[in-house]
Amino acid sequence: MSAAPVPLAAASGAELLLWVAVPYVCLAVFAVGHVWRYRQDQFGWTSRTSQLLEHRWLRWGSPLFHLGAFMVIAGHVVGLAVPASWTEAVGVDEHTYHLTAVWAGSVAGVAMVAGLGMLCARRLLTRRVRLGTDRSDKVLFPLLSATVVLGIAATAAHNVFGAGYDYRSTVSVWFRGLFALQPQPEAIAGAPLLFQLHALTACLLFAAWPFTRLVHVWSAPVGYLARPYLVYRSRSGAAVPAPGGGVPRPRSGGHGSGGRRSGGRTGSRA
Amino acid sequence: MRVMAQIAMVMNLDKCIGCHTCSVTCKQTWTNRSGVEYAWFNNVETKPGVGYPRRYEDQEQWKGGWMLDRRGRLVLRSGGRVRRLLSLFSNPDLPSLEDYYEPVTYDYDNLVSAPAGPDMPVARPRSVLTGKPTSITWGANWEDGLGGAPENAGGDPNLGGDWAEKVRFEFEQTFLFHLPRLCEHCLNPACVSACPSGAMYKRVEDGIVLVDQDRCRGWRMCVTACPYKKVYVNHATGKAEKCTFCFPRIEAGQPTVCSETCVGRLRYLGLLLYDADRVGEAASTPDEKDLLDAQRGVFLDPRDPEVIAAARASGIPEDWLEAARRSPVYDLVMRYRVALPLHPEYRTLPMVWYVPPLSPVLDAVDAAGGNQDDPDHVFAAVTRLRIPLEYLAELFTAGDADVVGGVLMKLTALRSYMRERTLGEAGDEAALRAVGLTPGEAEDLHRLLAVAKYADRYVVPAAHKEDAAALTAMENRCPVESSGDPQPSDGRRVMLGIPTLRRAPASPEGDPA
Ligand code: HEM
Ligand code: SF4
Ligand code: SF4
Repeated sequence: MSAAPVPLAAASGAELLLWVAVPYVCLAVFAVGHVWRYRQDQFGWTSRTSQLLEHRWLRWGSPLFHLGAFMVIAGHVVGLAVPASWTEAVGVDEHTYHLTAVWAGSVAGVAMVAGLGMLCARRLLTRRVRLGTDRSDKVLFPLLSATVVLGIAATAAHNVFGAGYDYRSTVSVWFRGLFALQPQPEAIAGAPLLFQLHALTACLLFAAWPFTRLVHVWSAPVGYLARPYLVYRSRSGAAVPAPGGGVPRPRSGGHGSGGRRSGGRTGSRA
Repeated sequence: MRVMAQIAMVMNLDKCIGCHTCSVTCKQTWTNRSGVEYAWFNNVETKPGVGYPRRYEDQEQWKGGWMLDRRGRLVLRSGGRVRRLLSLFSNPDLPSLEDYYEPVTYDYDNLVSAPAGPDMPVARPRSVLTGKPTSITWGANWEDGLGGAPENAGGDPNLGGDWAEKVRFEFEQTFLFHLPRLCEHCLNPACVSACPSGAMYKRVEDGIVLVDQDRCRGWRMCVTACPYKKVYVNHATGKAEKCTFCFPRIEAGQPTVCSETCVGRLRYLGLLLYDADRVGEAASTPDEKDLLDAQRGVFLDPRDPEVIAAARASGIPEDWLEAARRSPVYDLVMRYRVALPLHPEYRTLPMVWYVPPLSPVLDAVDAAGGNQDDPDHVFAAVTRLRIPLEYLAELFTAGDADVVGGVLMKLTALRSYMRERTLGEAGDEAALRAVGLTPGEAEDLHRLLAVAKYADRYVVPAAHKEDAAALTAMENRCPVESSGDPQPSDGRRVMLGIPTLRRAPASPEGDPA
């Protein structure tokens, strides 16, 4: 962090706190939290599906939300992580970039907002789902919604209807600075309020991430595409090659015959 | 040849009185927790009837099991791997809670806390999911004993053929039987194959199919893939749960809870040796009607020296081989061939088999004014009365009425022969010969079906010595740990309070000893 002493020194205390301390703390919680949860709580590591309880809204809401989320994430990678000079180098000028960003971004944003809206609506309105909402959800859904709404609002206010705001030369510079370990708080300090709030809620979302159902994102089952259909394991927990050839992934934990613990006992129901 | 052992079950349906003791004891053992109130690892349904969950046998709708694609390859009916991953966000073929039923509890408290008054206090039903008063409109065996059958039983997916029209209007007068069901612990489990995270697996030693609760990520694809709908989502934990075949009991050499408590004493447990290399081939048999024989072809004769040698080579211990030779399941499935698999056409090669009930035919003989005890009348009914026969064939032989008919003839011949013997007569051996039984075999089969004692019905070899430390260590622990319970101090989650086995993982060739 010592590599850029000049700008850091120039930043005010509040700027340092908001744009250097908070992001780093959140990222640290994000990283350590994941390691901790993965090691301690495999049993809680799930999408916690609620389709059984309510499927009509989920049928549309969940695919819309997820599709939107993937596009939005891709957009953020391009917009934040890739400097403008790189996109220009491959022949994408500012105007083209802006057009694509606004159009693709709008589609993604609308899908995500509509999907999330439906997911939130069912969570609030369907009694069964509401009762199945735990503390982590009560943090996750408001935080996620705030982040998404602020992001959309910032884009709409400044880039769709407004005069156009080039976040790539401000917010993105700050973002990349964090990862390059050369924080540049002053880059975002002058950005419009909506962008700043969006960045802050996003930081908080990342801090909350490992403690919510969002951990399911890291378990995207791509390995399924290559695995043999049948999975055999010995009683001791070791994976055994399927007779048809191919080797299933070995077990890490060795919890014997998993499936033994079937869930939680919650006392009498009578 | 790669020999594996499986602990399998046979149920003799003629003896099931539909008391649901098996379901209730199973529930008390495994699913009396929040999140699985609606789930019955063992359930007993009335047949004909829609089943639980509703119409689960209609695979056009629910997409369970395997099928052959146009090129004759074995594929999951719910689609290929890519399609499954694309439908992760919302599974289009998942039964909803309404397809099972809304679980309820009762306001028992009202019975004691109601103020004194002229009326008797009542305990009204209350939904477990919403906590609101509710009315009970469906259950896991709603049409029990054909109650409400006129409205509901027509929905039975097995009533598909033209003969079915007749059944719809007549079966109330002709037949009804109970079908206890649990996970089939299939040789070719569709649930395992559909699990994107690889959390489901089949145990090599005893064939029990389990869900690793630590690796399940709640993608809920197994529920769709299982044609018997015997995997359930726990909506509290967001993970899949299923019948465990009471593996802690099995490992200790005891029968499953449903078997132990079966009032009709109609369940049999025993080992079957099978050739794991031939499973895929058998499941891809082109003609559905050949699946029964194909599956029998996968089972191995535990007395065949070659099989014994191969079994030893795969590490199956001697006492297990001995148990396989004494297996009542092997006798019913392979020697006497009176047990049949439930819906072999799902191509999962199920391992809970059924001796089909003779009662529908006997009822039909009665209804036609015949004499139940006259084998000729019963034989005639088996050959001519299409209704119960075709129905049983839909359930047990992919529609091949001749095979079911053959089994029922065998049971009829046995019944009349043993009846005569009991009355002190010689017994008509010609009838026995016609169904391929010698008098000695008839006595033996009769003993197995009618008088077998506990030790003959349940031949369950205990898990092997190396596991004994783990098994005894669980004695004073609570078997189900809540997600909110304190963690063990070494920081490792221990499932069901059973400690991790410390011995080296078995080699692929199986462990010696
Ligand atoms: C990586 C691939 C992903 C897969 C395979 C996936 C899959 C799923 C599944 C199966 C559910 C459960 C739906 C149900 O209730 O049945 C779910 C829920 C959810 N996912 Fe994802 N997801 C992925 C990525 C993401 C991402 C990137 C986000 C957002 C950052 C996200 C946010 C959520 C949220 C908020 C829910 C809860 C929905 C609700 O219950 O209302 N997921 N996801
Ligand atoms: S019956 Fe059991 S083993 Fe077979 S597919 Fe269904 S859950 Fe899997
Ligand atoms: S306990 Fe036995 S007799 Fe009673 S319903 Fe279950 S299988 Fe049938």
